[in-house]
Amino acid sequence: MPLPDDYLAYPYRRRGPDHDRYDASPYRDRAALALPDGIKLGLWVTVLIEFFPLNPSGKPFKAPGAMQTPYPDLRHFTTRDYGNRVGVYRILKVLSALGIGATFAVQGAVAERYPTLIRDIQSDGHEICAHGRDTDSLHYSGLDPEVERRYIADTLAAIETVTGVRPAGWISPARAEGFDTPDRLAEAGIRWVGDWAHDALPTAFRTKAGPMTTLPLSNELDDWQILIDYKRPETEWELQVGDAAALLRAEADRFGPQVLSLVVRPYVMGQPYRIGNFRKSLEIALAQPDCRPVSAAALAAARP
Amino acid sequence: MQRDPNLYDYWPYRDRPKIVWPGGKKLAFWVAPNIEFYEFDPPKNPSRTPWARPNPDIVPYSLRDYGNRVGHWRLMEVMDECGVRGSVSLSVAMLDHHPEIIAACVERNWELFSHGIYNTRYSYGMSEEQERAVIEDSIRSIEQATGQRIRGYLAPALTHTEKTMDLLAEYGFWYTCDLFQDDQPQPIKVKSGRLISMPYSLEVNDTITYGTYMQSPRAYADVLKRHFDQLLAEGAESGTVMCIPLHAYQVGQPHRIGPFRDALRYITGHRDEIWITTAREIAEFHLANYYDQTLADIARRGLARPGTGFAPAA
Repeated sequence: MPLPDDYLAYPYRRRGPDHDRYDASPYRDRAALALPDGIKLGLWVTVLIEFFPLNPSGKPFKAPGAMQTPYPDLRHFTTRDYGNRVGVYRILKVLSALGIGATFAVQGAVAERYPTLIRDIQSDGHEICAHGRDTDSLHYSGLDPEVERRYIADTLAAIETVTGVRPAGWISPARAEGFDTPDRLAEAGIRWVGDWAHDALPTAFRTKAGPMTTLPLSNELDDWQILIDYKRPETEWELQVGDAAALLRAEADRFGPQVLSLVVRPYVMGQPYRIGNFRKSLEIALAQPDCRPVSAAALAAARP
Repeated sequence: MQRDPNLYDYWPYRDRPKIVWPGGKKLAFWVAPNIEFYEFDPPKNPSRTPWARPNPDIVPYSLRDYGNRVGHWRLMEVMDECGVRGSVSLSVAMLDHHPEIIAACVERNWELFSHGIYNTRYSYGMSEEQERAVIEDSIRSIEQATGQRIRGYLAPALTHTEKTMDLLAEYGFWYTCDLFQDDQPQPIKVKSGRLISMPYSLEVNDTITYGTYMQSPRAYADVLKRHFDQLLAEGAESGTVMCIPLHAYQVGQPHRIGPFRDALRYITGHRDEIWITTAREIAEFHLANYYDQTLADIARRGLARPGTGFAPAA
């Protein structure tokens, strides 16, 4: 039985991407990013604050970090919970010591369960964005549209209840989206999203509910990828952050200000044996001339 | 099935009341050699297959026996040199299979606690009576063989039921090593009695380092030193616990024991600042001095939630 004839039809074979969210745009040809205060390299630190239910459905896939053994997987539940109880406070301490304002991507379930933590993050002066309901409430195309709208609304409401501020930014749990997720986020008033990994700079993104900004949240300089998936020692985290900072700083002189995005999880980077390497990596980045911390709000505002 | 085990309350690390260990020490340090027996032809458990290949899976099986023939003796020598008594996570059937190793532990005044009967018999699917039988066998067998009444538990292969913690408390256990939410002990919400979580570790555990994170022996030694340095520095403000869980079939290999010895020498070189002890002694001291303080702090912060483990609210 051969494949159907339309298997060799290519309706989106054209210049640029095969969707309408954004156009082709070589990053070297664009107007420079308008970062304030002469910043040449913006250090954007993002900390993911997640809740991993003990009884996940695992639909449509298991989020990274989800339960692994048969129920009750106390081993992974408590290991993840360590991050929200202990590890996150180590990260907050390092950020304060270095004067870094970071973006904490908070899941609605954590805001409901641990409002104390969210208030501590807020009172330390960090920015809070939404990170979905929990790691088992994933966004995907098979999801009922009303369920997806409810995930978004519940998440924003749970965070606003604790912080008094409705989040302007969003990172989906496990960075997973369905085809229509950006439209529903824009409908709910979200102005920037960090799920896509397509660019080094903030870019424009079309939705049915008007334009949004995508921010260049790194999928690669990410503690899960480097330390857990690639199983590299912590010294390599420092080296890779240092190499990226040097390269981006040099590019900034040629193409305008650049962004160094680092993504960490408290249950990974907040471990006692890793926190010193985290601090060192931030010091290495900040040692680049005109490198300073930037918020997601500043990045979104800096898009030319 | 519960979304949250409700075994302990949220208790953020910032601004906790300080724990000071005996002698004014900042960090309580213990080492947990896992002295385990894995069966050659274990029975089936519907929830988990013991070995990756069909029984007999001779290499991983016999690798564990290497620990019982070679590794433990190497590891004991290193621990003796550094003046560290072990708190042994014991597959209770080792009393029958290798009494010579148990005798060596008793001779060193090491603590024994239960890690189930065999590490190839999982708690999944056990009835309450079956789980009670494992716990009663553990208490009775170890007491008969060594005179020690065990006070600690690490479930076999880290497999649990919803009742495990309530049963441990009911049988007079003082601590569980099964929960990884903290670097300090914390009261567990059980139906009767008093039980605390004892910081063990799945991060600086040799079998995780070698089997999951796949690091080198020198990288492991480096991790242990950094982990210790951080917890010692924090211990001045908070009072911390550091445990190194070990498996002699892993760390006792000839290419691994040397870097481990270096790390243990480094850590035990800080004797004036750390309490080198056993889990039992940490639990006894914590229960007597800090159990009530911890509960009071959780209540003061408005973080005490109703109910007990797997029974969230009345």
